[in-house]
Amino acid sequence: MKELLLVSVFIAASVLGYWIIRKVPSLLHTPLMSGMNALSGVTVLGALIAGATAYGRRGEPGMTAMLVIALIAISLAMVNVAGGFAVTHKMLRMFRKKSSEEDVK
Amino acid sequence: MNPVLYYGCSAVLSALVLCGLFMQSRVKAAIAGNLVCVGVMGFAILLTLAKEGVSAALLNPWLWCAMAVGGVVGVIWASHVKMIEMPQAVALLNGIGGLASALVGGIELMKADSGVFSNFTAALALVIGMMTFSGSLIAAGKLARIIDGKPRAIAGHGVISVTLLAICCVGVILGACGFRVVSLVLCGFGALAFGTLLAMRVGGADMPVAISLLNALSGVAGAIAGMAIYNVLLVAIGGIVGSSGLLLTQIMCRAMNRKLPDILLGKTVKQAEKTKAEEAKPEFKEELQSEPKLEQATFAAEIEPQKPEKLSFSLKNAKSVIIVPGYGMALSQAQYKVKELCDKLETNGTTVRFAIHPVAGRMPGHMNVLLAEADVDYDYLFELDAINEDFRNVDAAIVVGASDVMNPAAREAEGTPIYGMPILNVDEAPEVIICNFDLKPGYAGVENPLYRREQGLRLLLGDAKDSLQTLIDEL
Repeated sequence: MKELLLVSVFIAASVLGYWIIRKVPSLLHTPLMSGMNALSGVTVLGALIAGATAYGRRGEPGMTAMLVIALIAISLAMVNVAGGFAVTHKMLRMFRKKSSEEDVK
Repeated sequence: MNPVLYYGCSAVLSALVLCGLFMQSRVKAAIAGNLVCVGVMGFAILLTLAKEGVSAALLNPWLWCAMAVGGVVGVIWASHVKMIEMPQAVALLNGIGGLASALVGGIELMKADSGVFSNFTAALALVIGMMTFSGSLIAAGKLARIIDGKPRAIAGHGVISVTLLAICCVGVILGACGFRVVSLVLCGFGALAFGTLLAMRVGGADMPVAISLLNALSGVAGAIAGMAIYNVLLVAIGGIVGSSGLLLTQIMCRAMNRKLPDILLGKTVKQAEKTKAEEAKPEFKEELQSEPKLEQATFAAEIEPQKPEKLSFSLKNAKSVIIVPGYGMALSQAQYKVKELCDKLETNGTTVRFAIHPVAGRMPGHMNVLLAEADVDYDYLFELDAINEDFRNVDAAIVVGASDVMNPAAREAEGTPIYGMPILNVDEAPEVIICNFDLKPGYAGVENPLYRREQGLRLLLGDAKDSLQTLIDEL
């Protein structure tokens, strides 16, 4: 039952995601791609859960290794998230700088 | 944590991600949209930690340390990335995210007490994550010119790829049946090799599409990893990223008049075969190489001394000019000079417009970002369809470091990687000024017949900055 829910959430999310950006101007392709790239680091949630589970069951065989791998995964995913958002912001700020100057004129 | 509260929060956060992406697809709201996504990510992390329990997760110093390390590394690195390095930066970040998903999949797969569905999705996440990882690394390496950018195919490329994919499938099925270690090895290495082969064969003008596709894949990897650990929020956000990434890929394919399977399999293979055929005939190849060199020499001798005055005259009195930027502008960081030239022309009373090819540069919108950096207002920028008819009506077209996007060979030369790609009709302009580094073919490796044009052509070879300075000085 839970599996069915997950699969249907996946399908619903896919349809909505497809629909939501259909009118993006080419000006924003690169920042949008970069922003989506940052969002794909959301896998950090999975790494956190894996890490927490491994920590909660520490002492059992293999759990230390699992915790270490999970911590690596958390770090990697956070590089993706933080780096991605920062890069996106950097790009988008250039567009804003320009349009605010335009307003001053 | 109360499940109703948790699912409620998840639904709200997913809706906010959609909002954020929607805002990011609108010029004015884009920055706010990005910040919304940052906020969602922060809350999603807190929500997940809270759900996993206060002592195991929320107050666990290990998890916070790992997040801090990753976050700090990411932000510091991002602050050092230059605009020109953006395509490989995105590719690299994407690969890192893919590896993280693969690790999550691997961990779940190795857990002894998970069920069939969990094992199946964990193995699948491992496969897609690893594929994204190796594919993105190759793409980043190619873009950074660490690896040769040309499409490479090994003997039996297609057969090996299919075999590797089959190995991955077998691995996933074995994983679902509970053979964890075998599955881990098959999926991990199979996908790693498959991703490498996939990206190796993509080259030329197709790289932007490949990055976009890998970007979508990393979202899917996250979503599938989310299924493996029964986390609905991860599934939702991963799904949104996956499908919107796929749509962006399609938008780009459409812009190039290519089909996705062709890019990944068909046409680039043809290109590779052609290269092989050329290698088999060394004399022919030599001839091909020496010919443009000769032309180049005669061009330099004939055109450079004769035409400057005549042409700069026309540029001074030009009523309207279209500037066509390409990757060369990015390489030489000439966007500021372009802006200077644009201002100068405008004070002369010339109408200046920019024609932006959808795949100019190495990523969609690459040129827009660079020109924005140099304060060129986006009212000046026009997309291919909007401006292409006007090339014949302007007085001159100025090309800055572009070759493939205005290569007329795309109309005629069948079998080349750019055949069929819509191009900017620079060749219809009465006067063409080309500020390219050299006359070598562009990224796609197809020679540009425009360089041999007899009339109304001025070639300024060398660093685009210097060439533009020459033009500015002449005005």
